[in-house]
Amino acid sequence: MSTEQQILPKDAAAAEGKVNVQINGTWYRFPKGTRIADACNSVGVHVPCFCYHPKLSVAGSCRMCLVEQGMPPRLAPGTTPTYNEDGYQTIQWMPRAIVACANTVAENMGIRTTGTVCTEARRAVLEFLLTNHPLDCPICDQAGECKLQEYTADYGQLTHRFTESKIKKGKNLSIGPRVNLDQERCVLCRRCVRFMKEVVGEEVLGVVGRGARNAIACYPGKTLDSNYSMNVVDLCPVGAMTSKDFRFKMRVWFLKSTPTIDVNCGTGTNINIWTRGQQVYRITPRQNDEVNSCWMPDDHRLNYQYINAPERLLTPLIRTDEGTGQRPASWEPLLRTAAEQLRRCKSSELAIIASARLTNEELYLTRHLADLLGVKFFDIVPRMGEDDGMLISADRNPNTTGAKLILGKDGSTLPDIVRGVKIGKIRSLIVLGEDVTTDAGITAEQLHDLDYLLVMAHSETPTTQAADVVLAGVTFAEKYGTMINVTGRIQRLNRAIEPLGEARADWDILRALLQECGEIPLKAARATSPMEILDEMAGQYDALAGVSWSSIGNAGLPVVDTGVTIPLIEREKSKKS
Amino acid sequence: MKEQPDAIAALAATNPSPGEKFYPPFQVTPELTKKAKEYIAMYPEGKELSAVLPLIHMVQEKHGYICPESVIWIADMCNSTPIHVQGIVSFYPGIRTSCPGKWHIRVCHTIACALSGGEELLAYICEKIGINPQALTNEHPIAVSSDGLWSIEAVECLAACGFGPNLMVNDALYSQMDRAKVDALIAQYSNKA
Repeated sequence: MSTEQQILPKDAAAAEGKVNVQINGTWYRFPKGTRIADACNSVGVHVPCFCYHPKLSVAGSCRMCLVEQGMPPRLAPGTTPTYNEDGYQTIQWMPRAIVACANTVAENMGIRTTGTVCTEARRAVLEFLLTNHPLDCPICDQAGECKLQEYTADYGQLTHRFTESKIKKGKNLSIGPRVNLDQERCVLCRRCVRFMKEVVGEEVLGVVGRGARNAIACYPGKTLDSNYSMNVVDLCPVGAMTSKDFRFKMRVWFLKSTPTIDVNCGTGTNINIWTRGQQVYRITPRQNDEVNSCWMPDDHRLNYQYINAPERLLTPLIRTDEGTGQRPASWEPLLRTAAEQLRRCKSSELAIIASARLTNEELYLTRHLADLLGVKFFDIVPRMGEDDGMLISADRNPNTTGAKLILGKDGSTLPDIVRGVKIGKIRSLIVLGEDVTTDAGITAEQLHDLDYLLVMAHSETPTTQAADVVLAGVTFAEKYGTMINVTGRIQRLNRAIEPLGEARADWDILRALLQECGEIPLKAARATSPMEILDEMAGQYDALAGVSWSSIGNAGLPVVDTGVTIPLIEREKSKKS
Repeated sequence: MKEQPDAIAALAATNPSPGEKFYPPFQVTPELTKKAKEYIAMYPEGKELSAVLPLIHMVQEKHGYICPESVIWIADMCNSTPIHVQGIVSFYPGIRTSCPGKWHIRVCHTIACALSGGEELLAYICEKIGINPQALTNEHPIAVSSDGLWSIEAVECLAACGFGPNLMVNDALYSQMDRAKVDALIAQYSNKA
C-alpha cells in the first residue's frame, strides 16, 4: 500500500451512505440496509428464492437463497486493520451459508453464490422440498414457470434417496371462487399468507399442522374471495395455487406474453396478455411501482373474454336502404360512402360521442374529424364509479386524462347531446367506441329515429344494431396506442394479437375516414402507425413535448399533474419511508 | 362408505368422543369471557394476539379439548382469525382437538422410556382399558375407551428419562412403571370419583 494519503473505498462509500460489497469476486457499492438478495439481483447475480418477495415482509423460511458470506477478520486488541492495494481488507469466509433475503449488506462483506458451500446447501434444500412433492409436473399448470422446476434444474440432484411413502395432503381444494389449492405441491413459502395479511388485509389464509404435515389452509366457512385473490396465483412459486379460470387451458410455454396496460379503469394497471395464435388465454399483472406495484384486481384480470367472443364484429357493416338489415361491406367503398354521407349531414345537427376508452392517437384523429365536419356537439361518455381503496380507480374510463388533454372534453356536455337526440335537434350521430344505450342513456328507439348513425365498435351492441354504418374496430389487445392514467402517466398499449377477421385498428379506421372526408394538412392523416401520430401530437401539446413511443417505454412517463394518487401505491410508499 | 371431509373441512370437523360426558360442553358464558379478558389484559394493548395460547390452555383445561366453536371464540377475543388460532392448535401435539376420557393416560414413547419398556406398556394399557392400539394415528392421536372413562395417547419426553418408563394420568406423573404398577394404577383410578 502506498504511503501517500489516499481515500479508502470504505470512506468513499460511507460518504455516499453506501457500503462496498464483493459479489462473486467483483466489488460493488450498495446503499446501507440493502438486502443481500436485492443487491445480488441488482447486479445481475441471480439469487434463487421461494419465500422472498420484495413487496412482502421477509420470512426467511425457504432457505433457497443461501449464499456464502465473509467479513474481514476480527482484529486482535491493539492492532489496526490492513488494506490491500485496492484498499479492501481480506475477507474471511464463513464455513456455513446464510440466507440472502433476511440479511443486509455490510462494509467489506464478501458474497459468493457459486462454489460448493452455496450449491451444496441449495441442493440439500431442494432434496428436502422434493421429498413430499408429488412431482406431477406433466399435469401441473405451473410447469414451465415453476421455481421449483427451475431451481431443481439449476441445483437439484438427479437421484431420489427418499424411499419412504410420501405424506398425503389435500389436493384440488376450492379455497375461493377463483383459486384452487394443492397442498402437496406447496413449498410453504407463505407468500400467499403474507400477501393476504399485509397487502389485502384479510387474513383468510394460514398454515396448519407441523413439520412435514404443514399445509396452507383457510378456515372452513371462510373463503379466499377478495377481489385481489388471484394475485396469490402469481405469487405462488409452485403450482399450489392455481387459477380456476386458467386451469388446464394451455401449457404456458406455448403462450406469448405482450406487455400492455389494463383498460378497465383509470389506473391503467400494467399487465401482460398471454396469447397463442389469435386467442387470449390469461392476463397477469406486470410490475410497475408507480401504478400497480405487482398486483391487479381479479375482475379486471378476468375481463378478457370479450376479445374472442362471438359478438365481435369481424367485418364492417352497412345498411343500404331504410328498413333493411345491415350487410357486410368492403372497407374502401364503405369508407367512401360513409364520408359522403357525413358530408351531407348538416353540421349543426351532427354530434360525435367519442370514448375515453380510445387511445390518445385515436382521440387526436377524432378531434380533427370533428373540426373537419364542423361538429359542435362533441363529447365523451364519463364513467364514474367508486374506487376500492386499492387499485381500482373511481374513473372507469382508462383515458379520461387523455380526453381532457387532447379534446378538452370530460363528458360534462354529454347530457346536452343526449337531450338533443331526444328532442330531435340532433339528427345524425357518430359514435366512436361506445355503446350509448348503456352508460350514455340514449335508447335504442331514439337511435333508430336518427337520420344517420355511424358507429365504430369492436362488438355487436344495441348501438351497432341501430347503425347505418358500422366500422369494425378492435379491442385493446389488438392495437398500439397510448393512454394517460388518472395520475397523469402516459402508458403504452401493445398489440398482442392481430385484429380479428376484417376488423381494423381504430386509429387506422379514423385515419382512413379522415382521408376520405377531405384534404387536411395533417401528417397524422397519412400516418402509417400510431407512433407517427404520437410524434405529431408531441409537437402540439405542451404536456407531450418530447414524448415519443420509445421514451414512454414499458414503464410509462408522467406527463400531466392531475393530483390524483393510487391508494395502494401511496400505502406502499409510506411503508417504505 | 362415508365420504371423508377434505383437508379444509377436516379442520373444523367435530370428532365425537365418549369422553365428552365427563367434561362440560364448550359454551360462552360471562365468566369465561371475564376470565379471557383477564388473560388478555396481561399483555400490552394491541398485543391481544399473545393471549391466544393462554386462552387455548384455559379452554382445554375446562372442556377437555379445543372444539371448532372455541377456535372461533378465541380468535374473536384476541382480534385474530380462526385460521391463525387453528394454526396454533394444530401445531402443538399437546393441544387436543377431540375430547379425552375422564382419565387421560399419556405414555412416553421417546427413546429412554421406549427402551425401558414403554413400548410394551402402551400396548398393555390399551389392552387393559379396551382400546385398539391401531386406533392411535397421526390424525387421531387420542383413543378413548367406549365408556369414556379412559383415553390413551403416546407422547414425547415427560422429562423423567432416568426413571422410565414414565406415564401420566391427567396431570400426575408415574415413573418406573411395570405391568403390576399399571394394574394397581388403573384399579386405583377406576374407583376414584
